[in-house]
Amino acid sequence: MAYSFSTLIQKRGVLPGFSLTLGFSVLYLCLIVLIPLSATFLKAAPLGFQGFWDVITQPRVLASYRLTFGASLAAATINAFFGLLVAWVLVRYDFFGKKLIDALVDLPFALPTAVAGIALATLYSSKGWVGHLLAPYGIKIAYTPLGVVVALTFIGLPFVVRTIQPILEDFESELEEAAASLGANRWQTFSRVIFPTLAPALLTGFALAFARAVGEYGSVIFIAGNIPMVSEITPLLIITKLEQYDYAGATALAVSMLVVSFTLLLTINALQRWAHLRKF
Amino acid sequence: MASTPISASARIQHRVRTEPFWVRMTLLIVAFAFLLGFLLLPLTVVFVQAFSKGWSVYIAALLEPNALLAARLTLLTALIAVPLNLVFGIAAAWSIAKFEFKGKSLLITLIDLPFSVSPVVSGLIYVLMFGLQGWLGPWLQAHDIKLIFAVPGIVLATLFVTFPFVARELIPLMQSQGTEEEEAALVLGASGWQIFWHVTLPNIRWGLLYGVILCNARAMGEFGAVSVVSGHIRGQTNTLPLHVEILYNEYNSAAAFAVASLLASLALVTLALKSFFEWHLKEDATLTESTS
Repeated sequence: MAYSFSTLIQKRGVLPGFSLTLGFSVLYLCLIVLIPLSATFLKAAPLGFQGFWDVITQPRVLASYRLTFGASLAAATINAFFGLLVAWVLVRYDFFGKKLIDALVDLPFALPTAVAGIALATLYSSKGWVGHLLAPYGIKIAYTPLGVVVALTFIGLPFVVRTIQPILEDFESELEEAAASLGANRWQTFSRVIFPTLAPALLTGFALAFARAVGEYGSVIFIAGNIPMVSEITPLLIITKLEQYDYAGATALAVSMLVVSFTLLLTINALQRWAHLRKF
Repeated sequence: MASTPISASARIQHRVRTEPFWVRMTLLIVAFAFLLGFLLLPLTVVFVQAFSKGWSVYIAALLEPNALLAARLTLLTALIAVPLNLVFGIAAAWSIAKFEFKGKSLLITLIDLPFSVSPVVSGLIYVLMFGLQGWLGPWLQAHDIKLIFAVPGIVLATLFVTFPFVARELIPLMQSQGTEEEEAALVLGASGWQIFWHVTLPNIRWGLLYGVILCNARAMGEFGAVSVVSGHIRGQTNTLPLHVEILYNEYNSAAAFAVASLLASLALVTLALKSFFEWHLKEDATLTESTS
């Protein structure tokens, strides 16, 4: 008996405070996160599958899904391309103000989304600094679905840069030198040696940016125009339904979004494990 | 003569690891243009618009009673949410990093859960718990307790969206530090609290501050989740971001951007502190590497 107790301690650790800290953590996690989330799923249960399906296949809801997922996909793709470029420039090149720019990349994490929203709407409206340059060519960004893409690109910008940067910093120069000495030109070295090493991290950053964009609300609603069927994102539709006291509809939409979020979370976890394995 | 082979090989090494000049310039210009349009200009436009009608309008917008009440509520919310999530973060990191138990990786995944939930849904889940139509709504109403469309709802929604910040910073940091130092203190007769205050806390302070500053930025800046539970009652349940929205929708652009510039300054201070803490974290990490 005494023997098994001591092996248990050895396996678990000898420091004090295990039950207290784990107990408090699990209790707090249940109260703040798990119980409210489960309550939402239970609230959707009375709808039944048919009722749930009817809500999430209404034309206005389907249009919001198309915009939300389409714009998120476009924004994550833009971020994958430019994020790789920004990470490359920050790691490989020296230029004036590099540290400042590096710190500024995290601005979308730190800037309140409402502030980003009104700033982007002002900047990209037809009278704004950027918008008025594009208006003569008939390109309208603010108050169109393009505006949604712009806001989601802003919000997802740090994810790709910050997942690629450490991989690029640790990249072994020997590999590039070997490729060059075997006669590869610079583009061949990048596309066949460097890029495959970055690919898992790039995909992870893409998925993180996409997951963030799908749920985003604050930065989008000011620039989107919010026209039903055209530029109305799903999170806004949840709020609209809530304001019309359509609690069942709002709950059904929320559950559909939670299912997507959890699927993305599991995908990202799997991607990160894969990226980690590829590193060694 | 003797130095030629070395410099030649250095030159070759340099050449194989970098691109031709015109490629470098093109990449730099494209990257700058992208960062200009998506980071620098949005930040600049906030301050330019804020001062577009002069100092007096700017100051008046900040000192207006509703703005002050919104600022007070924002500070109060952060003052409750940040310490609670800090205590949780420390407790979770202590149990996860210092002990072995079943279901650890599941616990880590569950702690990250709030980050993957849409802010709007984060607010909605509390409406469905405590609102009039919610599970506990009728009971709360019978006892005359109002959580939703009131300050407690705002605090709860903020707690949810800022839940993982401190924990996800401390867990990997404390895991990398192991348990040897704490075990040595234990052998020397230190109590649990003494170990934490004198051994663990000094080791994790920069990571802890890093988590706290990010947690605080999100707590003060949260919009979507708070918007759902707030009810937008001026002077009562409006935080600063919600106040910005109201002013902007009333076409009071200068005032909206004045308040927004306050939040943007907070973001800039956050970024500066974050870089500072990151620098210390790196120093600590290289120090541990060189001593071990």
